[in-house]
Amino acid sequence: MIEFHLDPRSGVATYLQIVQQVKEALRLGTISVGDQLPTVREVVADLAINPNTVAKAYRDLEREGLVIARQGRGTFVASTLAPAAASLRHYKGLRVELERWLEAAGNVGLDEESIRALISATLRETLARRVA
Amino acid sequence: MTPPIDARALGKRFRREWGLRDCTVTIPEGAVVGLAGPNAAGKSTLLSLAAGLLAPSEGSIEVLGRNPLREPSVLAEVGYVAQGAPLYRSFTVAETIEFARRTNSCWDEALLADVPTRIAPRTKVGALSAGERARLALALALCKRPRLVLLDEPFAGLDPLAGREFLQLLMDGVAETAATVVIASHVIADIERVCDHIVLLTGGGVRLEGNVEELLESYRILIGPRRPLGSIRGVRSIVRERHSGRQLTLLVRTDGPIVDPSWTVEPVGLEELLLAYMAPERMPESAPPERLPLRWHG
Repeated sequence: MIEFHLDPRSGVATYLQIVQQVKEALRLGTISVGDQLPTVREVVADLAINPNTVAKAYRDLEREGLVIARQGRGTFVASTLAPAAASLRHYKGLRVELERWLEAAGNVGLDEESIRALISATLRETLARRVA
Repeated sequence: MTPPIDARALGKRFRREWGLRDCTVTIPEGAVVGLAGPNAAGKSTLLSLAAGLLAPSEGSIEVLGRNPLREPSVLAEVGYVAQGAPLYRSFTVAETIEFARRTNSCWDEALLADVPTRIAPRTKVGALSAGERARLALALALCKRPRLVLLDEPFAGLDPLAGREFLQLLMDGVAETAATVVIASHVIADIERVCDHIVLLTGGGVRLEGNVEELLESYRILIGPRRPLGSIRGVRSIVRERHSGRQLTLLVRTDGPIVDPSWTVEPVGLEELLLAYMAPERMPESAPPERLPLRWHG
């Protein structure tokens, strides 16, 4: 079962944070087709947020075909975002390379914030180049 | 569909002073509304008028489609918790719950949630902590299965943990009853987590109102080198400008994308947006605040 967490300082709308966390769990394969998402009341009781917000997040996910709401039973994962098994095989190798890179960054004295900044800037620029 | 609260040119005068003036606002059904504003902005006055505790001096207010003074039966569907959660201090918790059960026509004990197990029933209300008293008062209001819940500064005197527990009880009640909620609070951080609609009162009038997401979508922070301000493409109005050294920071209301690359564009948080609208230099006493035009550029 997925458990949501909120970062109030992220500037990302609460319902979007929930949508993103479901997608991330789908991508990493921590939840898969047939799994149930927490009920609206469970999320509300856990995070003390507005039930409308949770419902909106689930509606968005449903519109994208990722989950399906079954009347009176709850919301279930209907589709997956996990990459095909073939590319999943590469995950481990990529992760090892990334760990090696992080160690190198640490060795030259970059702190966590600088590492994050460097990664997100590189990611943004690389993706922008790909689109262009 | 009748809105839970529909105020038209509503005003309330206390002797010489207006507590609320020319307030026109419609609360959408099912919303969790943050009623924000500095002290003495008219928040409590508006809630008291909605709860039928005060009579308007001018204008009108309808609650669930009815006039709360002429048709007080509507109040059976309104859960109101006044500031400080007043309850009879000499009653025990059990007596308080029994009293509420007998004096309300509609009563659903399930909405007490975990209150009876967390608070010893034989404790005198006067001996409860602020957090316990707040949650007890809220639970009693929810047991009516109200269609509208009005809360006046419910977080005053609560520590962060008690505040969080209060919100959990409230949001669970909302999930169960689908009630519309109006929470008056001068601390935006307390309500930011839950509200999807904002009504900002300053000086007795509505200064800003709308769906939180839409509001945040239409405002941006622009940061750039200091320069004379002409019109900026995509900017409808400037709410606040700040200079520091050679840098200029604007809080703007947009009407399109900001295309000028010399501006760094950032989203604005709810608290910052409301604080900018509360700034005293924007509400001189001589003019009705809610009519005050923003500075228009372009």
